[in-house]
Amino acid sequence: MNLLGKLSWDAIPYDPIVLGTLAVVAVGGAALFVFMTLAKKWGWLWREWLTSVDHKRLGIMYIILAFVMLIRGFADAIMMRTQLAVATNGSEGYLPPHHYDQIFTAHGVIMIIFMAMPFMIGLMNIILPLQIGARDVAFPFLNNLSFWLAVSGALLVNISLGLGEFAMTGWVAYPPLSGLEFSPGVGVDYYIWALQISGIGTTLTGVNFLVTVLKMRAPGMKLMDMPIFTWTCTWANVLIVASFPILTAALAMLTLDRYLDFHFFTNDAGGNSMMYINLFWAWGHPEVYILVLPAFGIFSEIVSTFTGKRLFGYKSMVYASGAISILGFIVWLHHFFTMGSSASVNAFFGIMTMIIAIPTGVKLFNWLFTMYKGRIRLEVPMLWTIGFIILFSIGGMTGVLLAVPGADYVLHNSLFLIAHFHNTIIAGAVFGYLAGFTFWFPKAMGFHLDPKYGKISFWCWSVGFLLAFMPLYVLGFLGMTRRLNHTDNPDWNIWLYIAAVGAFVIAIGIAAQFVQLFLGFKNKDKNLDKTGDPWNGHTLEWSLASPPQFYNFAKIPHVEDIDAFTDMKEKGTAYQRHASYEPIHMPSNTNAGPIMGLLATALGFALIWHIWWLAGASFIGLIVAFICRAYASNTDYYVQPDEVARIENEHLDNVAKG
Amino acid sequence: MSQHDQDAHSHGSVSSYVVGFVLSVILTVIPFWAVMTSAFDRATLFAVIVVTAVVQIIVHLKYFLHLNFTKEGKIDTLSFIFTAIVIVMVVGLSIWIIYESVLMMMY
Repeated sequence: MNLLGKLSWDAIPYDPIVLGTLAVVAVGGAALFVFMTLAKKWGWLWREWLTSVDHKRLGIMYIILAFVMLIRGFADAIMMRTQLAVATNGSEGYLPPHHYDQIFTAHGVIMIIFMAMPFMIGLMNIILPLQIGARDVAFPFLNNLSFWLAVSGALLVNISLGLGEFAMTGWVAYPPLSGLEFSPGVGVDYYIWALQISGIGTTLTGVNFLVTVLKMRAPGMKLMDMPIFTWTCTWANVLIVASFPILTAALAMLTLDRYLDFHFFTNDAGGNSMMYINLFWAWGHPEVYILVLPAFGIFSEIVSTFTGKRLFGYKSMVYASGAISILGFIVWLHHFFTMGSSASVNAFFGIMTMIIAIPTGVKLFNWLFTMYKGRIRLEVPMLWTIGFIILFSIGGMTGVLLAVPGADYVLHNSLFLIAHFHNTIIAGAVFGYLAGFTFWFPKAMGFHLDPKYGKISFWCWSVGFLLAFMPLYVLGFLGMTRRLNHTDNPDWNIWLYIAAVGAFVIAIGIAAQFVQLFLGFKNKDKNLDKTGDPWNGHTLEWSLASPPQFYNFAKIPHVEDIDAFTDMKEKGTAYQRHASYEPIHMPSNTNAGPIMGLLATALGFALIWHIWWLAGASFIGLIVAFICRAYASNTDYYVQPDEVARIENEHLDNVAKG
Repeated sequence: MSQHDQDAHSHGSVSSYVVGFVLSVILTVIPFWAVMTSAFDRATLFAVIVVTAVVQIIVHLKYFLHLNFTKEGKIDTLSFIFTAIVIVMVVGLSIWIIYESVLMMMY
């Protein structure tokens, strides 16, 4: 028996691009290690951050993860675009198919699962408990564990860069291509375990935040008083709870096919590969609504804040989100109209898909009516919102076009489709997260980002997006299909060149994001947010200091309005000084989360490489760590009233000076 | 007093279990009798079996799993209905999709 399973020196890919990347990562990692050791920050990092159960810190760590993975995913994107710009007229370009196929698979997996999801969950973590007047989420340890399971999956994807290979199947991993017969390597196994581990973390997050909004709202806050961002996140969490188990089950069956010779999705012995496609999209379609609904909530908050008005049609916004959630759950077949089910099946799913345009249209008009006669402040978050309203409408309309089964037969898997979903995910979800990032950054960190580079970032993203993806609509109509490694059609060349230019403009936009962060940190002292309410906000998070007190609310507020904080400001009840405070019950930090995350990574790695002793050991370790945590007694503590009073008075003094 | 009674009630009482049991027996006997005596034609027979089965499910939920719409019980009932709807949508639509596509393969 081989102690290292399938692992050997051959697993290291001898590819100049991969080796160069690994070298950069190694040098960067070593520099970080030396810096942290010299600054003696390891203990601080472990005690204050990695083991933290504070939803605000977990949220910040989620967003750091998202930015790291954005760099990785975008590097893949720009390699694909340059490859396609170079490999025209029959030239082969610089990326051989073996490498190129891994790149487009990794790009999809990373951008959806390890960039967009952590970004969304990070913003939800920071803001949702604050908006409902809670001191933390319902299950703080579970929240920490969810984060580490997400990191665990991200680690596996990144390990695949240097050891072995990643899947070459596209991010959907359809069998029979993803079966053992056609993908004998470890690539699909990396894919399976990365998604499986992080997917379980996401399910736990969904449960956690659903319980939080059901059980931990401030007194007086009915469900229909919840801020709109909280509502859209709640709908997203309902979708997570309903759909992520389907992914877990589909991946488990694919695992059984690959590891234990089952035949769920094979072409022989009674398997049906169409069932995988069906199950994958029964998760995959709700997943895109999970991404975009919270972004809609962010835009709603921003529009009502930066117009100085209440949100137009709050109730219709909540119901529209609900309608989108329910309809979004019964449209998945539109991803495989061409599988050739009957006309009535295609008609049903086509019509359901088109109907989604109605609640989405309701939302767009609500935003426009909120802006109507408002005093619009064109700050960076508002720019993202206006850009979104214009660009996302294009993506929505091409979506309705693709929902026509007949049209889909022509456009299926063409670049028109690629343009459509990047149109909705970038101009919808990503713009929303970047808007929310700028909007809530002063809340989370206590100082502003640099607005000049924020605006540069917005313009580069918007123009770059148009340059990169409008040509793909054209190329789709010209008949170019997705996942091509090189082309030989002179009519396509010009559009491929324009798209590559667009990718570089987006690269400047991403760089500007990091510059605004850097300048924000550099000029921190000049841009402090001392009042905690820099934008004249409507909701409870703005009633706290920036960054918020670690216990959030010294006294749980009583809520009497949808725009609870605006209501308090109008009634003059905001910023009340209290003579005395009660002790506050808080959860303690725990090292169980990071330990279990690390063990899950080891388990996934062992299963990928068939290192059975390690798989057994890490699995037992997981169980033991969980039992230890379940029996731990020091899981909570009390913040004493004098400490609360000191922190509160400091904040209120700052507000008074402010 | 009412608070205490409601709590006790939500865990069931002897009488509610007896009612549930008797109803279940009746709803089991009817389809058995219908099948064994061939009292109806085939289509009616299927309808009788399905209807009594569905009613019995509801009886079980009410008397044995204590699902109800009181303030305390509502959340359990709602999560059950949520689960049922998700299963109906995912499993039901999946069966329809795959069945119809297999049907197309026959041509």
